[in-house]
Amino acid sequence: MATTRKAALAAIETSGLRQAAEDFLYRQSELLDGKQWQDWIDLFADDGVYWVPAEPGHTHWDGVPAIFAEDQHLMTVRMKRILHPDAWSQKALWFTNHLIGNVQIVDQPAPGELLVRSRFHMMEVRRDNLRHFAGRYTHHLVQVKGEYRIRLQRVDLANGQTAYDYVLQAWV
Amino acid sequence: MKNGITQADLRAMVEPDRVRRDVYTDAELHRLEIERIHETVWIYCGHESQVPKAGDYWTVQIGRQPMVMVRGKDGKVHVLHNRCPHRGAMLCGNQSGNTGDFFRCSYHSWTFHHDGSLKNIPMMESGYQGTRWGRDNPDCRMKGAARVASYRGFVFASLAGEGPTLEEFLGPARIAFDDMCDRSPEGRVEVVPNCFRVIQNSNWKIFMENQLDALHPSVTHQSTGRAARDVEVQIEKEGGVAPLSYHMLSAFATMAIDKWDLMTTINYPNGHAALSGYMGLRPTDPDTLEYERVLTKAYGEERKEKILTTNIHHVLIYPGLSVQSPLQQLRAVRPLGVNKTLTEIWHFRLVGAPEPIYRRALAYYNLINSPSTLVNADDLENFWKCHTGLESDGGDWVSFHRHNGRDVAKPGGILESPPDLGTSEAPMRCQMQAWVHYMTAG
Repeated sequence: MATTRKAALAAIETSGLRQAAEDFLYRQSELLDGKQWQDWIDLFADDGVYWVPAEPGHTHWDGVPAIFAEDQHLMTVRMKRILHPDAWSQKALWFTNHLIGNVQIVDQPAPGELLVRSRFHMMEVRRDNLRHFAGRYTHHLVQVKGEYRIRLQRVDLANGQTAYDYVLQAWV
Repeated sequence: MKNGITQADLRAMVEPDRVRRDVYTDAELHRLEIERIHETVWIYCGHESQVPKAGDYWTVQIGRQPMVMVRGKDGKVHVLHNRCPHRGAMLCGNQSGNTGDFFRCSYHSWTFHHDGSLKNIPMMESGYQGTRWGRDNPDCRMKGAARVASYRGFVFASLAGEGPTLEEFLGPARIAFDDMCDRSPEGRVEVVPNCFRVIQNSNWKIFMENQLDALHPSVTHQSTGRAARDVEVQIEKEGGVAPLSYHMLSAFATMAIDKWDLMTTINYPNGHAALSGYMGLRPTDPDTLEYERVLTKAYGEERKEKILTTNIHHVLIYPGLSVQSPLQQLRAVRPLGVNKTLTEIWHFRLVGAPEPIYRRALAYYNLINSPSTLVNADDLENFWKCHTGLESDGGDWVSFHRHNGRDVAKPGGILESPPDLGTSEAPMRCQMQAWVHYMTAG
């Protein structure tokens, strides 16, 4: 079994799938840093979920406290709030910078699907304040009309358990 | 502000309808209020269900004091100074955990029972023979909070030996815990083991004054209300039903600013207060009806009706607790400095209530009270702006004039802003009266 799995992962390596996964992750982070919110939301499958667990041990996003647990509808609420002219806390100059690395395909749960693990670092500037968030992404990607879409993006923040100085307004 | 603040100075800072800005920004006043308010009155430590087993502990800050709440082998919950009497090291370095059969200092291995009494010191007999130190010395222990009491599972401590009992201190504001617990068919709640911690860059009083401020939601939270309403409509168009949490958010926009006057503020003694207003929390979907059946079975029809028609949006326990009883969540306030305040945010499960009722409140906890809050982001922005603005010499006073003089006195020292005056600044005025009382007591 182990040999089969090893062989399968080697096949992924040569098939260019990892490069496709990397391209996807890089594009996602560019959309986030570019505040192209709707395009970012469109990367999710219709039933896709964006999840930042409150605790590392949680195994499912539903029914437990979560820092984020959003379907496309809730993502749309967040986007519309950010874009509203009277979103007061959005008047402040702020931007983010994401770096993605350590990209690995760890599984192919079904034909055309990928489970991709990576590490990220996000620097956020808000007025004169700098913050850093870092951690691990786990993307479950599925094929929709020949393109990858996110069924579940799990974001394990390395500093998710610390006290938040101010809050997170957009996705990490 | 000069040193040597007198009682007359303190009284002059608070007029019935306005307050000196120094009350929010002055470091010396902050030091005094930590001592005379936070380290004197009953402060919320945690819920008994946070420490179910012997040795379970949670650390908590009371004023400037690092404390630890621990469950003893006798089942009792103790609140102790988190400090070894030897060289002062904290016994518990983590936020929470289990300390085992006893506390053990990481510096010299002094050990203490869960009630703080000394268990052992390495080579105690030979090491301390002929000295003033040893088991018989009352200082040779982890010092306990002067008083510890709990109300329906919510544990409070006071660092002052004298003063009103917890129940006297809470007075009619006990409704915060009664309303929360009564909504469980078993009359009790259990903590959901997660604490969201968010820092506000502002004075602690600015947060407390915001909590019952019914004028701000339709202004501050307009953007979130509109966004939630748009998506609510979209979901309905798609033939779906938006979860109740959308309605809680969209109320910020769908309720016109003048409608917020229809709420009522009830101002209890000691600075505590409640805001009525229900935000549509009693719908008629199958989950709610099933929950009502469970409650009727437990309490009977009449009592069930009384519980579910209790009309509370928020209850404040001054100086450090904001409770949303119908949604089983609370925010505890820990001042970190004159311009820095930590909030610890908890959610509770109604023991015996159906799972969907827990999930409904959980959605509110995640959307409004988590670090990705769709709502508090704009509050915290206001708090920071207020605090920074109050540091300006552009004015000396904070205005609490709104609906002043129209409060109605009720028996038991209660002041109500009657319906149609819900945006009254009575809660802020009453908090400041409590502030003067505590600051000038003794």
